[in-house]
Amino acid sequence: MNWWQRLWRRKQMDQQLEKELLYHLEQHASELISLGHSPAEAWRQARLALGGPEQVRENCRDARGTRWLHDFAQDIHFALRMLGKNPGFAVVALLTLALGVGATTVMFTVVNGVLLKPLPFPQSDKLVAVHGHTQTWNAAIYGQQNVAYLDFLDCQRDARTLDIAGALFNGATLSEPAQPEYVDLREISSNLFSVLRVNLPQGRAFLPEEDRSGAAPVMILGYSFWQRHFAGSPEALGTSVVLDQKRYTVVGIAPANFSLFGAEADVYTPLGQDGANYLQNRGTHPTTVVARLRPGVALSSAQAELALIGNHLAQTYKDTNAGRTFLVAPLRPEVGDVPSTLWLLLGAVSLVLLIACANVASLLLARAVSRQRELSMRAALGASRGRLVRQCLTESAVLGLSGGALGVLLAYAGIAPFVAFWPGDLPRAQEVHLDGRVMLFAVFISLLSGFLFGLAPALRAPARGLEQALRAGSRTTTGTARRLHSVFVISEIALALVLLVAAAVLGRTLLRVSSLDPGLNLRNVLISRMALSPAVLADTGKIRSAWQDVIERVRRVPGVQAVAVVDTVPMREGNNQIGYWPSAGVPAANQQPTALATSVTPDYLNVMGIVLRQGRFFSDRDHIGSQPVIVVDDVLAQSAFPGQVPIGKLLWMPQMGYGPFMVVGVVGHVRHWGLAADDQAQVRAQFYYPFSQLPETYLRRWSELMSVAVRTNVEPRSLFQSLRQEVRGEANDQVLYNPHTMEQLAQGSLARQRFLVLLFSIFAGLALLLSCVGIYGVLAYLINQRVPEIGVRMALGASPANVIWLVLRQSLGMIVAGVVLGICAGLGAEHLMRHLVDGMQPTGPSPYLITVSLLIATALSASFVPARRASRVDPMAVLRQD
Amino acid sequence: MAAKSDLPQGTLDLLILKVIALGPVHGYAIAQRLQQVSRDVVQVPQGSLYPALHRLENRGLLTADWKQTDTGREAKFYRLTRKGRAQLETEAVSWERLTEAVGLILKMSEGGVQ
Repeated sequence: MNWWQRLWRRKQMDQQLEKELLYHLEQHASELISLGHSPAEAWRQARLALGGPEQVRENCRDARGTRWLHDFAQDIHFALRMLGKNPGFAVVALLTLALGVGATTVMFTVVNGVLLKPLPFPQSDKLVAVHGHTQTWNAAIYGQQNVAYLDFLDCQRDARTLDIAGALFNGATLSEPAQPEYVDLREISSNLFSVLRVNLPQGRAFLPEEDRSGAAPVMILGYSFWQRHFAGSPEALGTSVVLDQKRYTVVGIAPANFSLFGAEADVYTPLGQDGANYLQNRGTHPTTVVARLRPGVALSSAQAELALIGNHLAQTYKDTNAGRTFLVAPLRPEVGDVPSTLWLLLGAVSLVLLIACANVASLLLARAVSRQRELSMRAALGASRGRLVRQCLTESAVLGLSGGALGVLLAYAGIAPFVAFWPGDLPRAQEVHLDGRVMLFAVFISLLSGFLFGLAPALRAPARGLEQALRAGSRTTTGTARRLHSVFVISEIALALVLLVAAAVLGRTLLRVSSLDPGLNLRNVLISRMALSPAVLADTGKIRSAWQDVIERVRRVPGVQAVAVVDTVPMREGNNQIGYWPSAGVPAANQQPTALATSVTPDYLNVMGIVLRQGRFFSDRDHIGSQPVIVVDDVLAQSAFPGQVPIGKLLWMPQMGYGPFMVVGVVGHVRHWGLAADDQAQVRAQFYYPFSQLPETYLRRWSELMSVAVRTNVEPRSLFQSLRQEVRGEANDQVLYNPHTMEQLAQGSLARQRFLVLLFSIFAGLALLLSCVGIYGVLAYLINQRVPEIGVRMALGASPANVIWLVLRQSLGMIVAGVVLGICAGLGAEHLMRHLVDGMQPTGPSPYLITVSLLIATALSASFVPARRASRVDPMAVLRQD
Repeated sequence: MAAKSDLPQGTLDLLILKVIALGPVHGYAIAQRLQQVSRDVVQVPQGSLYPALHRLENRGLLTADWKQTDTGREAKFYRLTRKGRAQLETEAVSWERLTEAVGLILKMSEGGVQ
């Protein structure tokens, strides 16, 4: 019989023991009777010989070795009964804990899903990314380099340590089966799904023979796209889809939520079928390369092999590949700048949880002190100190776990709203849900907090001075208890102040950055991406006139004041960073200062309302063949030509492919990186160049990136449909898509800050509330303990005002100590946040003044209620008690 | 009644095992047999007999069944397990070595070891 059975069959075993002992007594008694004793005397002697029946039974039960389990069950039972007997306490403690654990669990779930979980592919630790690398490349600014398509093919063919797959980010205009639409296209090598070990839920992946030019056009649909256009019907397989005038047959559907780097793609086509010229050029590096280490291969040997291949390529193709090699790095999910925000929020909720623990601890301690007599009584009846400590800890563990269970329920309900509420798209949002690790975390923090707040009361379990404790009235508090209470109140106040200060500093930052001048007139501007007709894009000679046509058509729409075409738009994703130099002796690329380049048509300045400071903006006279011109902003003028007149000066920019450029005008700086982030951005300088001077070779690529910017004199969004109609083109295959107003973009650039302010305000409010409850509870309890003392004081002539002051002085001491600690911690927190939050600047004392006075006022009013109650103590009634 | 010795620590288990080794037996009979065999020299507190039996059962040295006695009553009969038998042998051997050693020491002459 194992101990489980012994435990569950406890009743049966007790019955058997009873029977066994009874048999023994009967036998003994009957023997004594046969020796001539009277039955009563015989039974008496038999019982005497066996010893105290209860003690024998207890000893037998002890011998079974399941004692601690019985005790444990008993403790839990007792703990639940204590909670039930004190519903007010139970409700407050459980709610406090549920809030703390719930909030922390929500944040941990997000951190776990976004930052901790590996990529959702089998054996994802074997997946690597392959980057291009040159000595002169500045990865800190530009990010990692991709790989030229031909280089990728060579690596794929030659590598023995890796299975290599490639993908190309692209876009295309879809014209069948739906209305013309611009779709997100990934061109992929045929082995991408097998390298990732992803199975398609419907259809098949591309075949190797389909991954070369001239093969039959085939397509895999993204899951969401499939749902959207084919309502998830399996009949989509085998139908045809027209993309950029090419008819593709659908052969497969990608799994739901399948995404590698960023958003889920709409459609996939074989990379090898793309005949674009730039793919045949080893000098351009568009291919994203992922690979899987073959069994038993270490990352370092893969790196060594690819370096060798890179070396070989560098020798074979000197003009494009000299100094170029490959880097192999573990493949990581792309999460952008989200981690800092997530860690910040996890830190903040942990503070809330700590406050909740301190709160429950002080409540429990108060109860432990009033239960002193009960505990002493148990000790006097023979309970060991360890047993009492265990009982106290069991009680707090029960409390912690029930609070934690409630908290997990809260978290379960709260995760989806939190993710939805996240500003913009939370990366890897589909990975965010409760799982084993989160549950483990929740159980762990529940138990930990139970242990934290249960420890202090448990250690108060009586060890010595039993008699004294039993004799003392219930209303005396020892010095240690009072000190411990003060510690809890002080730490609660300090923690609450940290959160308050953080919220105030964030709020101030938000106020400051929203009042900043964006450098342009945000009102009544509509920006939409535009895809020209695929037929036009295929013929470079038609592109310029097509854009001219778009501009003229848009200008004719009623409500449009000015229209321009532009590649990168302020405060939206996307930028083009170009190195510049003020003389012909341009140094290596990683030594050049960089600026943001924007290609525009002449009316751009009017559309955006950017200030012209000197010189002129572009006109129709700037075209291919005329002097290449640019217009710079204040920042670039300052850094390139400090103290000089920039008009007429020249700048050299090798990456542009032509030049040198003459500066013809200076305009105001525009906060390209968003209202908050621009001040701290690495590259702030800007210049504009006329789209009309863009070389023919870039024309097609640029045309895939352009947006139409419109200034209106009506509500801008109301024009979108008529604009869309107007630019559809003769073949009905030109698409205006993705409309935003400049106001939306500016608001969006502050979304993260606004989100943080809101959450921190909630946390701080919660912390303030919790610490007020804590202060109130502790003071009410302490005063209750001091009623006899107060009674005596009043009998001796103290006025109610004296008594109120007596109480307030006690709480003021704790508050001041907490505030001092809180200010120190708040300064630290502010310092930390300056690294994590865009647009934070030293704020000076005002947030502290505001929050400290708020905190002191709230804390004092929380202490005033018990103080007043104390002042109403009837001295006679008190003195008669006890 | 002659003065009775208390059992040395840990010998109760050995005695119980030995008595049970003679054949399945119930608790009362164990107490009786211990008393008879030791000719009333050894005082076996009946109160500690049952906890000891349960402890030995718990350690897997004994196993027990409910069986009819001669008088037709149901009683709990204890038997040695294989483990219990092994335990009895090792304990008996070490007991003999111990008593032998104690005996030798007690027989020492005043002058020291000869």
